[in-house]
Amino acid sequence: MTTRPTARSPRPSAVRRGPTVRRRAARTGQYLALLGYLVFLAFPLLWLVSTAFKPPRELASLHPGWIPDHPTLDNFRQAFDEQPLLRSAGNSLIASLAAAAITVVIATPMAYVMARHHRSPLSRAATGWIVVSQAFPFVLVIIPLFLVLKEVRLIDSLSGLIMVYVVWSLPFALWMLAGYARAVPRELEEAAAVDGASRLRTLISVTMPLLAPGIVATALFAFITAWNEFFFALVLLKSPQKQTMPVILTHFIGTEGVADLGPLAAASLLATLPSLVLFAVIQRRITSGTLAGAVKH
Amino acid sequence: MRRRTLLAASAAGTLSAAGTLLSACAPGRRRASDGRITLRFQSLAWQQESIEANKQLVAEWNEAHPDIRVDYVQGSWDSVHDQLLTSFEGGEAPDIIHDATDDLADFAYGGYLADLTDLLPRRLKDEIPPQTWQTATFGGAVHGVPFLQEPRVLIANRALLERSRVRIPTPERPWSWGEFEDAAKELTRDGTYGVAWPLKEPVSATLNLSLSTGGKVFHRGADGKVTVRFDAADQRVPRVIHDQLGGDRSAARTTLGMGGSDTLPGFFGGKYAMVPLGFSYRQQIVQQAPKGFAWTVLPSPAGPGGDQRQGVSPQTLSIAADSPYQREAARFIDFFLRPPHMVRLARGDWMLPTGLTALRDPALHTRRHGWATGAALAGRLRPAPAQSVRGYPEWKDKVATPALQEYYSGAIGMRELRERLVEDGNLVLARYQR
Repeated sequence: MTTRPTARSPRPSAVRRGPTVRRRAARTGQYLALLGYLVFLAFPLLWLVSTAFKPPRELASLHPGWIPDHPTLDNFRQAFDEQPLLRSAGNSLIASLAAAAITVVIATPMAYVMARHHRSPLSRAATGWIVVSQAFPFVLVIIPLFLVLKEVRLIDSLSGLIMVYVVWSLPFALWMLAGYARAVPRELEEAAAVDGASRLRTLISVTMPLLAPGIVATALFAFITAWNEFFFALVLLKSPQKQTMPVILTHFIGTEGVADLGPLAAASLLATLPSLVLFAVIQRRITSGTLAGAVKH
Repeated sequence: MRRRTLLAASAAGTLSAAGTLLSACAPGRRRASDGRITLRFQSLAWQQESIEANKQLVAEWNEAHPDIRVDYVQGSWDSVHDQLLTSFEGGEAPDIIHDATDDLADFAYGGYLADLTDLLPRRLKDEIPPQTWQTATFGGAVHGVPFLQEPRVLIANRALLERSRVRIPTPERPWSWGEFEDAAKELTRDGTYGVAWPLKEPVSATLNLSLSTGGKVFHRGADGKVTVRFDAADQRVPRVIHDQLGGDRSAARTTLGMGGSDTLPGFFGGKYAMVPLGFSYRQQIVQQAPKGFAWTVLPSPAGPGGDQRQGVSPQTLSIAADSPYQREAARFIDFFLRPPHMVRLARGDWMLPTGLTALRDPALHTRRHGWATGAALAGRLRPAPAQSVRGYPEWKDKVATPALQEYYSGAIGMRELRERLVEDGNLVLARYQR
């Protein structure tokens, strides 16, 4: 026996269509919002690219266009002629890579300990101190720091600068990495122990691979922090041969904020490239880490 | 400013502990075993021609003086105050320091800069007029050699100017402020504003131009203490700007938050007939103006009786107080600022030299790019009113900038502007003068 749908009760297809349409509309809205956000994020970079290739007369146009009418490489030529961009990029790269590597090496075991003992008073105190340390502005610490580095003869040296970068990014790196470490299920380590793995073996073979995305993200954070840092580099490095990229970029800026816009944009574009490349290379590593299915319940 | 205040506080805290330690480090530094010494010269030159001129002069010195080598270090205007303060505190300051007079007061009063009175040769002292020396004189001691200065001028669209019925002013017959208002009105038509005031940083522009109407704002009493006043003479220029923006609308309101460079596209596009700018902006105009765009340089308006005085904060060369080679540094400055060299530096920066001989150089009197107009104004330049006032940076950032911005935008009237500048301002200055 079959029952005919009544006039009041909607047909099954109609029941499905309503939520489907709504779902599609919602998804379209989400995509539009995401697209808008991406455009918002990309705008400065696209404008930078556009500016870097514009001749001076187009830079001062009342109706600037996205695509230069007469694209030129003169801005890049001038930037390279006026300032030692390659040398400064090399200095920045050394400082940033070293700072990122050292930060990760120090932060990883500390973060693991903090994550596994996060209820202990010591761990809580450490977390509190990390939060407080983030509140210090650069200018409050710069003079004592300068004096300390001077005492140990690390003024005007990339080693001194790297040390400062490590110290400066370590608290946040620690905090960040501790969050990742907490997400690694303790049960996995216990399972490894039951299977006879030593503590060290468990850490190397079980915990570290799962922590890898967090380590990569933290390294990226430390790298970008150091790569973009200006004030410490300005104050601590004296020799022109040791200056980093952000310091060199300010040489295109004059009094009252007047800037040599074309060469500044060209140099800034070059300065953003390493971060972008690095991010493109390792972003897969950040997102690939997943714990799904790692634990049997 | 907040950064500067924090840094000053931090500096004060560590100064006493560091003092003895650092003084021990100074002697003998940078002297090679053969007796050759090396001086560090931090330059803030940033334009291509200017950097070239600086580097060439340093190279010429090094060639002629093998025993006193100068290392050229490129600094930057951005954060120079904080960078220098840290360097002074750490005993690592460059021997020869390029800066501007309005940034020197803190360093001079803090004892970081050498007194140059007995270090400089008579030739250099006589080259620079007394009123210019005043800009770098603090507490009776000279702490910098002013060598480049920049008057404010009106850069005008020549075609629009010639098409109108306004009289074209010259340094000999400048506009009065009233004539300037009339000219701006006359030039306002068909979507073009007579004038665009770039007022992102309104304080120095307002104060420096107000000298022509007798404005002083800062008054030093017999006890040496400075107080703020904002009398009729001080109010004349702000009133003109305010009325142009909100009254007859001969000035574009959209430029209120702009810096000088931001107004150039509108200027080239015929949106504004005149833009009050620093003299050095001509370099950007030459570089960026569309082909065939005709422009000219006019003197700023004059006050009663043709008073064309205006305040400036010249660029300076100073010597660090803890430099062990002050005499050698002074010799370098003397060489660096010889008249022909000053001309090279001035042309590189599109500014005016302070030296009288350099100012007479024919290269600076050509009508091309308005050099002659600027050179004719040089004798009317005076120390900026706030030059040696301690606490001025805080007054400027915390009190005057927001108050003037609100006044120009029409949010507050002259009465409230006056109250804020004077009452809040005097509270700020009092803290520095206790």
